[in-house]
Amino acid sequence: MAAYIAQNRVEMFSRSNDMVPNWENQEVSTGTTIMAVEFDGGVVIGADSRTTTGAYIANRVTDKLTPIHDHIFCCRSGSAADTQAIADAVSYQLGFHSIELDEPPLVQTAANLFKQMCYRYREELMAGIIVAGWDKRRGGQVYTVPMGGMLVRQPVSVGGSGSSYIYGFVDSNYRTGMTKEECLRFTAEALALAMERDGSSGGVARLAAITEAGLERTVILGNQLPTFFNA
Amino acid sequence: MAVEFDGGVVIGADSRTTTGAYVANRVTDKLTPIHHSIFCCRSGSAADTQAIADAVTYQLGFHGIELNEPPLVQTAANLFREMCYRYREELMAGIIVAGWDRRRGGQVYTVPVGGMLTRQPVCVGGSGSSYIYGFVDSSYRAGMSKDDCLQFTAQALSLAMERDGSSGGVVRLAVISENGVERHVITGK
Repeated sequence: MAAYIAQNRVEMFSRSNDMVPNWENQEVSTGTTIMAVEFDGGVVIGADSRTTTGAYIANRVTDKLTPIHDHIFCCRSGSAADTQAIADAVSYQLGFHSIELDEPPLVQTAANLFKQMCYRYREELMAGIIVAGWDKRRGGQVYTVPMGGMLVRQPVSVGGSGSSYIYGFVDSNYRTGMTKEECLRFTAEALALAMERDGSSGGVARLAAITEAGLERTVILGNQLPTFFNA
Repeated sequence: MAVEFDGGVVIGADSRTTTGAYVANRVTDKLTPIHHSIFCCRSGSAADTQAIADAVTYQLGFHGIELNEPPLVQTAANLFREMCYRYREELMAGIIVAGWDRRRGGQVYTVPVGGMLTRQPVCVGGSGSSYIYGFVDSSYRAGMSKDDCLQFTAQALSLAMERDGSSGGVVRLAVISENGVERHVITGK
């Protein structure tokens, strides 16, 4: 509760009539919910599938889980253009690096490449990225690179506009040592909760599990998502 | 936050009031009695909500005397809504009205910023509420007992206080039922 409130709340009541949406001029945003969880042997990543230009849903089946290398993915949130451009650049750099090394690149390397780009161009970019994957040295890893260009490894990370609504759920339901199936279920539930509450998240839930063996992708359609109580 | 159960309501709040980054009061009581069995949970501007609560307390007290019986929770909620809607441009107040009356038992009404009024079995509000929508949606079940509701509310508030910088301090809880009000405090220990 704040004892002093700024005066700019009046602006939200005096904005012009929004009966006529002007989504042509709005930036394309992946207002989003993304999530990644480490487990012993790999990672589970998940995202919703909604891309918006203002109030119009430009793409309702977006794939926000982008491969960077064979066993490394990134989950994109923020400006669709910025994140696509960054992901393309990092994929190129990582591919080159992997050829030089003559072995699969580390997840930490990919995460650092994202961090360098997001930090250097932090004023121009609007990108919140979660990098997750598997490598031989450290197994399953999740690194988060939020807006501003910080880098930190976390066992579980959520991002995007919908993530605010599920911090409580994730904090209370996450346990260390979950199996792959438990992680998939946990991620699906968390995404469903966020998609229910956040107007910028929705569509289908895309999940992927990355392990030494490779990649398994699943899609949970809207009517198959877990359901919860709604007041 | 407020939750209905069969026979009453459980309400809860954190205890932090801030002026910018400074915690002006770390033991605030945001659960304000409006009448014997009707409380409100205040969020938004402290000044606005205190002023509204004082005005409604007066109006409801007067109405209760005229009626010669305890006023309805719905009446209290409507008084809040009248004021919050009429002065919506000037106010910054999100209020949850909860209590018990003989006609409808335990009820929770929410009057968010803007002055809407709606009844809900469970309601969260304030800056920390964003972080617990997922938790509340997944953990709430209809037909919980009083103790389940207390546990649920305490856990939800703790999760929100953990994540929201503007929420913190102690967890204040109250149970309102036919028997009156019982208050609890859960400190950091």
